Amino acid sequence: MILDRVFRAIYPLIGLALILAAWQAYTQFFAVNRIILPSPMDVLVASNDNFGLLLRHLWPTLLECVLGFMLAMAIGVPVAVAVANSQILNLTLYPVLIAMQSVPKVAVAPIILVWFGLGIESKLAIAFLVAFFPVVVDTATGLRATPKGLLELAQSLRASPLQVFWKVQFPSALPFVFAGAKVAVTLTVIGAVIGEFVGSNEGLGNLLLTANSQLNSPLAWAALVWLSLLGMGLFGAVALAERIAMPWAKNGGH
Amino acid sequence: MMSKDALSATPTEAAGSNTVFARFDRVGKIFKLPGDRQIDALEDVSFTLGRGKLVGLLGPSGCGKTTFLRIVAGLETATYGTVTIEGKLVNGPHPNFAFVFQQANLMNWRTVLKNVLFPLEIRGEVTRASIERARDLLNLVGLHGFEDRYPSELSGGMQQRVALCRALVYDAKLLLMDEPFGALDELKRMEMHDLLLDIRLRTGVSVMFVTHSISEAIYLSDTVAVFSKRPATIARFIDIDFPYPRENAMRYEMKFTEYEHEAGRALGIAR
Ligand SMILES: Nc1ncnc2c1ncn2[C@@H]1O[C@H](COP(=O)(O)OP(=O)(O)O)[C@@H](O)[C@H]1O
Ligand SMILES: [Mg+2]
Repeated sequence: MILDRVFRAIYPLIGLALILAAWQAYTQFFAVNRIILPSPMDVLVASNDNFGLLLRHLWPTLLECVLGFMLAMAIGVPVAVAVANSQILNLTLYPVLIAMQSVPKVAVAPIILVWFGLGIESKLAIAFLVAFFPVVVDTATGLRATPKGLLELAQSLRASPLQVFWKVQFPSALPFVFAGAKVAVTLTVIGAVIGEFVGSNEGLGNLLLTANSQLNSPLAWAALVWLSLLGMGLFGAVALAERIAMPWAKNGGH
Repeated sequence: MMSKDALSATPTEAAGSNTVFARFDRVGKIFKLPGDRQIDALEDVSFTLGRGKLVGLLGPSGCGKTTFLRIVAGLETATYGTVTIEGKLVNGPHPNFAFVFQQANLMNWRTVLKNVLFPLEIRGEVTRASIERARDLLNLVGLHGFEDRYPSELSGGMQQRVALCRALVYDAKLLLMDEPFGALDELKRMEMHDLLLDIRLRTGVSVMFVTHSISEAIYLSDTVAVFSKRPATIARFIDIDFPYPRENAMRYEMKFTEYEHEAGRALGIAR
């Protein structure tokens, strides 16, 4: 058991270490220009030297992600409930949702910037847009997948529609809600960065763009690493929330 | 009364009670399938259930027993015929019924105790005393110590026993059970039989249960209603003339074997 868990933690680390070693060896052996491809060591040094700077730019991005995610959940879950419980709403809203999802968010970003300005609102809007869809689709799927037997049990006890929702449908859909939330929260990082690329004066995406234009590749890469760490951290936070919210599911969802 | 009743041992009061609890009058069900096909699941099922009586519905699998029980429970509507409970027509789930499904039907996100308490939560009747009652029931079915486990940690038979407790936790007047002991091993099943009879004796609840076990039907029931093949109708009523409380020794008596023989004949598997 314990050994199993140790191995589970060790193997990915070994994989990561191998990739980093090969990358380091490649850049050193071929003396690659660090503007083209900095070595892992360069990135680490840049990350260390610019720690304060990176941290300062982390906060706005983190805030954009968290708020965008919360917005996507706060609006996405009720929409899913409506879509799952009403055939009319399903027929009306689903095509709109799919059309919305099909629009490339990068293409919409400049328009959103015009609407919401250079501040956090525009990033929030884009993060929300990318995260919204998986929340709605997964939650609606989960709500519809409620076992018929449990609904009949509630029916035989003459449970009210609200009781059916809160005591049967919703807890039964919870694994799906979290599956959607985990996808959504990593997508918010993409959304926030798109927003920062298109127009902003802070955030890790903004820092990456600036460093890149100054040919400071190690710093650009450092920002990139921080961004993926941010994504992993957010994913981990939702996964942790899932474990706490669903103690009956021993191995979590994914 | 009905022509079908002519077949029964005691035509008008099949369960032999003084007061009628439920009356089933020519209940029938036709399932419409896509493409103009249909399944005649039930045909003209008529009998009366006396208050506090225990009727076993015995029949070959697929004949329509579950369908009948679901109609009584108000989970399914009859195509024709009527179900009358305490003088009132049934057209939906009744507040004083409890249903034990063929599958345990537990909520995997609730602990065993919380699953048993579910009906009380819905009815707004969770009190210190009712929680105590739930715990007592779990003790009775041999699940002491499992109160805080999740269903996924239990065997199929244990889950079915939790479902039984869930049905017994509130004071239902009619207990409807669809092959409630099917998932249990022989020994546990015999234990559950005595438990059910004990609870019936103490609470006076009326019971209708479905089984395809001849001996189970005879051991438990006041009256066994033997269903024919599909479309199911009642081929025969057999009044079981053993007194309650019943004891396991009864299973080895000559009379028991004769009842088994009679039921076998009604089912068409013995001559
Ligand atoms: N919802 C349904 N739609 C169509 N056919 C059904 C439905 N429920 C049951 N049936 C059919 O009705 C017949 C009786 O089923 P059921 O009552 O479950 O039998 P039993 O419980 O005696 O095994 C079967 O042939 C079954 O396929
Ligand atoms: Mg059945």
